[in-house]
Amino acid sequence: MSQTSDAREKPLSIVLEKCAKTFADGTRALEPVDLAINGGETIVFLGPSGCGKTTTLRIIAGLEQPDAGGRVLFDGEDVTNLAIEKRNVGMVFQSYALFPNMTVAGNIGYGLRIKGWSKADLAKRVTEMLALMRIERLADRAIDQLSGGQRQRVALARALAVRPRALLLDEPLTALDARLREDLRVEIDDLLRSLNITTIYVTHDQAEAMALGDRIVVMQQGRVAQIGTPRDIYQQPANAFVAEFVGTMNKLSGRVEGGIFVTAGGRMPWPEAPAGATRVMFRPEDVSIAVSDGHLNGTIASLFFLGDRVRLFVDVGDAQPIVIEASNRRKLSRGDRIGLSVDPRSFVAIDH
Amino acid sequence: MRRDTSLLFLLMLPAAAFFTAFFLLPVVHLALVGASGKDGAAAYSAIVTDANYLRALIATLGISAATTFLTLVISGFAGVFLQRNVFPGRSALVAMLTLPLAFPGVVVGFMVIILAGRQGLIGTISQALTGEKVVFAYSMAGLLMGYVYFSIPRTILTVMATAEKLDPKLEEAARSLGASTLRVVLDVILPGLKPAFISAGAICFATAMGAFGTAFTLATRIDVLPMVIYTEFTLQANIAVAAALSLVLGLVTWAALAVARTAAGSTVAAAG
Repeated sequence: MSQTSDAREKPLSIVLEKCAKTFADGTRALEPVDLAINGGETIVFLGPSGCGKTTTLRIIAGLEQPDAGGRVLFDGEDVTNLAIEKRNVGMVFQSYALFPNMTVAGNIGYGLRIKGWSKADLAKRVTEMLALMRIERLADRAIDQLSGGQRQRVALARALAVRPRALLLDEPLTALDARLREDLRVEIDDLLRSLNITTIYVTHDQAEAMALGDRIVVMQQGRVAQIGTPRDIYQQPANAFVAEFVGTMNKLSGRVEGGIFVTAGGRMPWPEAPAGATRVMFRPEDVSIAVSDGHLNGTIASLFFLGDRVRLFVDVGDAQPIVIEASNRRKLSRGDRIGLSVDPRSFVAIDH
Repeated sequence: MRRDTSLLFLLMLPAAAFFTAFFLLPVVHLALVGASGKDGAAAYSAIVTDANYLRALIATLGISAATTFLTLVISGFAGVFLQRNVFPGRSALVAMLTLPLAFPGVVVGFMVIILAGRQGLIGTISQALTGEKVVFAYSMAGLLMGYVYFSIPRTILTVMATAEKLDPKLEEAARSLGASTLRVVLDVILPGLKPAFISAGAICFATAMGAFGTAFTLATRIDVLPMVIYTEFTLQANIAVAAALSLVLGLVTWAALAVARTAAGSTVAAAG
């Protein structure tokens, strides 16, 4: 078999069993986590800093050992005690971590050189990777002559050149500016779809998580708060933390009275209200502006023109204003009274 | 524009006066003295034509190079280890390692004698074990030990400061690509430490070239250039030769430093 052929094995499945992590200073970074990652899947660990997402990634990579009792399985085989250099995983870091003493081509070919590839095979594979990331003309550049976006492309090419069993990305786009982040995100998405490689992607950016993940693992304070498809996470958040971390969520407090949720700003029909609900949550896009009086009435506290639409903060007498979005055709200004109606099917009841 | 230049010139005057009085004049005078002996300017070529001087120059270059190499190897390992590992007594150890900075060369020479001299610790132990007394304080080996001892502090501190700035992610990236510990050291850590090695190595080399106190204490059987200069000057009153040798010693050392600085400069630029 030629080493440069692109014949692909079945993608790797990864299982974590009761993986916890306590650091030497006693800090508990990760509570015991069980997780099964399917072969070829892109799974995103999402959460604020300190939630344990990077620690989990590092346990999978082999850069951290789980506490005693935890196990990491690659295709059913226990790799808990296998060092990272034997696991054959590709890593991409936020800080790029390119070798400054090597050129772009030298960086991409490094893993192959370690594995003892012949010069000809190595050169061929490097050329392939340069083409894949569309950076052919950078081959002989020094790393300090590259922009951030170019550096991350080189880092991706370097990680993929060795045909890793899994690709592990730790906040790969965080250091880039917004426009570049968007472009590279789309590119990474295309790349992952075409390569069919098991990918674990760590980010604190929920938009990135939504766009890239087949499944998202939302993490909070060292625990898994919810695992699900982006749609599940968005539409059926498991708790208030997930609801508020992913996307924008409005919440109103009040009480249920015979299929009606009574709140300071008005009375909203809610046929399927759970008994004793004292809080309701809904997304901005599920709110529509009523022609006359709505279920909810309030005053526009502030508004932001976003180009294609307008974002409104409406004071409905609750502790926090609710956020809605309206088409920019409507003439609205601060201080206007408006009526709102909310689709009750979009209500999320979470009490804590 | 013109006024700025003349103001700048005025402000430079004190430094220029100082430089002229304490560096330029003495060196020029030294150069003239060097050529004033009975052989005239030929005194300068004596260092290569006279077998004794040439041997001393080669010995000095050799021991300085060996000192630099050994110091870098020892400080490289120790510096990275000390920077990366926290253990009880670590700061006391670092403080101890930097202690030789405070010792004059004579004291270092004295310590070498206590350790490896005729009544030294090593000799006593080796006599008890093998019946043979190992004495190397007064040889090149003893001198080398003394030089390495007082070169380690500067180097180790530079290495530690640079090791602190090495990005651990680089090593993790190399390992994820399959690199063994040895490969990580060769491909990531050593290139990262290279600027520190060059600058600390240059200082090491220059210090060893000019070191006198330790050599004076130990060098009964060996001649290094600073000792030869001392002997020519005080015992033989051969002032012209002493001056010529001094200038050559200075030039060789300066050239070594200049080469090192150029190499370090290009490395630093490449590392961004």
